Amino acid sequence: MEVEDLYNSMIVSRSRAPEFSGVVADETNHAEGNNPLCGDRVRLTLRCEDGLIAEAAHQTRGCAICIASADILAEAVAGQAVRNALQMADQFVLMFENEDAGGVLPGNLQIFLPLRQHRARIRCATLPWIALKEALAHDAE
Amino acid sequence: MSSVVTLPDVTAIRAQFPILSEKVHGRDLVFLDSAASAQKPVAVIDAMSDVMRTQYANIHRGLHWMSERTTEAYEAVRGKVAGFLGAPSREEIIFTRNSTEAINLVAYSFGSLLKLGQAVLVSAMEHHANLVPWQMLRDRSGIDLRIIPITENGDLDYDALEQMLGAGDVALVAVTHMSNVIGGMVDARRVADLAHASGAKVLFDGSQAVVHRKVDVQQIDADFYTFTGHKLYGPTGIGVLWARRELLEAMPPFMGGGDMISTVTFEKSTWAPVPHKFEAGTPAIVETIGLGAAIDWVESIGFDAITAHEKQLVDHAARVLPEVPGLRVIGNPEDRGGVFSFVMKDIHPHDMATLLDRNGVAIRAGHHCAEPLMQHLGLTATARASFAIYTTEAEVDALVSALIRIRDFFV
Repeated sequence: MEVEDLYNSMIVSRSRAPEFSGVVADETNHAEGNNPLCGDRVRLTLRCEDGLIAEAAHQTRGCAICIASADILAEAVAGQAVRNALQMADQFVLMFENEDAGGVLPGNLQIFLPLRQHRARIRCATLPWIALKEALAHDAE
Repeated sequence: MSSVVTLPDVTAIRAQFPILSEKVHGRDLVFLDSAASAQKPVAVIDAMSDVMRTQYANIHRGLHWMSERTTEAYEAVRGKVAGFLGAPSREEIIFTRNSTEAINLVAYSFGSLLKLGQAVLVSAMEHHANLVPWQMLRDRSGIDLRIIPITENGDLDYDALEQMLGAGDVALVAVTHMSNVIGGMVDARRVADLAHASGAKVLFDGSQAVVHRKVDVQQIDADFYTFTGHKLYGPTGIGVLWARRELLEAMPPFMGGGDMISTVTFEKSTWAPVPHKFEAGTPAIVETIGLGAAIDWVESIGFDAITAHEKQLVDHAARVLPEVPGLRVIGNPEDRGGVFSFVMKDIHPHDMATLLDRNGVAIRAGHHCAEPLMQHLGLTATARASFAIYTTEAEVDALVSALIRIRDFFV
């Protein structure tokens, strides 16, 4: 079965056993992402200190792609400046339109690129990142 | 004399659907999503293309040859639909855009005749099409909207319906004739008898049912019946409302415009007689003619053969689906049409659908436009495989073996 390119082993393993699920202690920011079309739901909590994201966690109900994306997001943004994290969010969303946009992202975010062949599922991967942008909307001003 | 139903020649039927020879991701297409929309036979494609190539003009208004011929072809479909539904009169057939619009028409027009203190009953397994219009009516007019429960097996709870009708204030029972999620047929005659005994009218959403069973609106004693063309191997953009003439005559128009009037002055207008009172504007002429071709095509196969083929598929699927480890079929209705919803332990329906698609198998995953039912079942989504006249046992087997491979891959 030709699924390995799409359901990368990391997507499968991180959806089966997420490493960053839950709620961060002393959260400073949070947001919820909902996809009413499929019922996927991501609740993202962050602890920001001095313009940096110190810690991120998620509670996700949804498909493997959504759970893995939220989990990899939580890992990728920890330690990042808020501004960088927001840039990553933009690039993550953009890479499904324009492959070059993904080039600057860490490799484990690029594993979602094969979704370009499955347009209906891109929303599953971007939902946590859209929630991140909402959670940081006020910090970015 | 014994009556032996001959199963249809599915190979010959499949040859009439050009799309079924297409490849998806380099594999043969296994299309198990016909409950969402069915594929189209050459007879339908040709009928629509022919009318546009050789015989097209606007209807009911032209005084020229083309318009008269097109009007005849369009109006002939009204007669075909009446025959298809066993309706007593072709004038009781209203063309709409789809079943959703047909139900909205009833909710708006028949709904405007309802009084404060009256109630409409719908079931817990309705498609949004037969729920949201009634919620809108409730919010507009203050009538009551109540939900008939379903049993654990996923059948309509007829005892609860009888009790609810006992309140004596029910004006209309509006229920699906076949669940698009669980697949169970509703005993329409039983619903109609219960409703009528308490003075209520009854509407059936037949979008799924007309594909799988012979429907006779007089035999089931319906008051309103709706269906859509595109699930019946016809085109999109054409649906049907059948209602008893006395109801249609008492109901005000739904939409205003050309074609639905008798006389118009700046001060006031009067309405055309039924059915035209409910058909404002230029209708879906080509699509209506396509629907006529679809009905002819379905009737040429015949519902005895269609139902026999479907029963064979349903029995086969009921046997082989449980062979997939961790798979749970939702509901166990007494009389199942060709629809199975299922979930798998630890695999989200959307992941299932994407992985099946990579294997050329098209199914539906999601809430199937029945969110309240999903909540009732305690689920956010299911996967759904649905069958049509062109579905084969080998395709059901392809689904099962792909599901087993997905399970091995994922767990």
